[in-house]
Amino acid sequence: MQLFPCPFCGPRSETEFHFGGDAGNRRPEGFRAVTDGEWAAYLHDRNNPRGAANEIWMHMTCGEVFRMERDTVHHGVAQAFALLEGGGDDGLAH
Amino acid sequence: MTRHYSALSLLKEGLRSQQGWQQAWRSPEPKPRYDILIIGGGGHGLATAYYLAKAHNIRNIAVIEKGWLGGGNTGRNTTVVRSNYFFPESTALYDLALRLYETLGRDLNYNIMLSQRGIVTLAHSEAEMEMAARTVNAMQINGTDAELFGVDEVRRVLPLLNVSPEARYPVFGGVWQGRAGTARHDAVAWGYARAADRLGVDIIQSCEVEEFLIEGGRCRGVKTSRGEIRAERTAMVVAGHSSHLAAKAGFRLPITSYALQACVSEPIKPVLDTVVLSPGTGTYASQSDKGELVIGGALDRVPSYGQRGNLPMLEGVVSGLLEMFPSFRQLRLMRQWAGIVDVTPDSSPILGESPLPGLFLNCGWGTGGFKAIPAGGTLLAHLLATGKHHDISRPFDPDRFARGRLIDEAAGSGIAH
Repeated sequence: MQLFPCPFCGPRSETEFHFGGDAGNRRPEGFRAVTDGEWAAYLHDRNNPRGAANEIWMHMTCGEVFRMERDTVHHGVAQAFALLEGGGDDGLAH
Repeated sequence: MTRHYSALSLLKEGLRSQQGWQQAWRSPEPKPRYDILIIGGGGHGLATAYYLAKAHNIRNIAVIEKGWLGGGNTGRNTTVVRSNYFFPESTALYDLALRLYETLGRDLNYNIMLSQRGIVTLAHSEAEMEMAARTVNAMQINGTDAELFGVDEVRRVLPLLNVSPEARYPVFGGVWQGRAGTARHDAVAWGYARAADRLGVDIIQSCEVEEFLIEGGRCRGVKTSRGEIRAERTAMVVAGHSSHLAAKAGFRLPITSYALQACVSEPIKPVLDTVVLSPGTGTYASQSDKGELVIGGALDRVPSYGQRGNLPMLEGVVSGLLEMFPSFRQLRLMRQWAGIVDVTPDSSPILGESPLPGLFLNCGWGTGGFKAIPAGGTLLAHLLATGKHHDISRPFDPDRFARGRLIDEAAGSGIAH
């Protein structure tokens, strides 16, 4: 059982968390300017890195959405940030 | 030297103390240039090489593998073959694979131990029974075999299943596909490797891709841990590591890599002579020829390249199995492992040319790659040899994501990959 650090609740079981995709995956703006390819890349293409990853997660029990830096091979968590406390480039529309 | 495998050669070699068996495939040094280079020595990569040589008469081919043959997902799956999908495009694809599996042992002169013992996909509620009927209708219309089972028929093929109305997961019936079954996973890789080697394909193990050779905007081969290898066309057939290699080639894929776990029990006498799948409990099981129960389930929910798996999913899979088969409670688990699978947004594979011209993709099979090996090999070979899609692979081109023509089997057949 792995523990993930929720910035609001602290360390909790991995089963309480939901993966939210790459941090920094910004929605392309401009209804007519965005091509099919750009829209498909935003919707579907993923960094999916082997090693260091920078991801958005949701702690489902408290509803906190946050950014987590972790390693996809050894599963070690480097850091977790609350988005509103300078969590950096999260890809979410504010 | 004995090359052909048969009862007669077994007898002959038995009388000669097994001294005359020839090595199943060579271990050649890589040449500097090939017509076609295939990255990935799993089932799909080896099958692609075999069909290129056999069906398209292209012999100057190499398969390079960073580890050992079939050491990735080909050797980590639960060996089930089936074609019980919803959409016509999927049935055409997976039934091609199943039909090729039916004659593969003879075609390769290698016993892949195909056992068409049937698969039953259980329905645990009235609503699931309605979906089961819809699946059966779709499969029959798409031209593959399917039958709707009531609870009596389920009890007939699964006598140990708890079908009591008080069961935690009551059984209402299920979908039966009689042509489905299991095949020995290692034998599929080894059989293709041996047959491809016989046709002149160079199979090079312990050879890892470090970077792609890109000249004039085209893929011209790869730089590997054993030197540069150039090729007219290169294919990337690396399952869960597709995004990792794609990043080296300069593009991203609509893929997320997850660990998919499986485990086996200690060997016991025959108790289960079919494959049972329960989407409701997230568990499936079959019994191997050695007597072990081979148990699998859904994906871990954390994207991962660690070939281990996390505990919560294993716990869920095993507890689901024990609710369905109470008599399995006394068994001990012998081994547990995981493979890294490449999951696409629509749970369907990707076959086609990549954004880097000259580099072709066979990936995105998710949790279901083993069953599709003969089809994946046939279709990628067709694409590499002719430069054009086979009719069956056309819908699975990566262009479907921009065109919005997804083939959503997660929604269609409820298959969780």
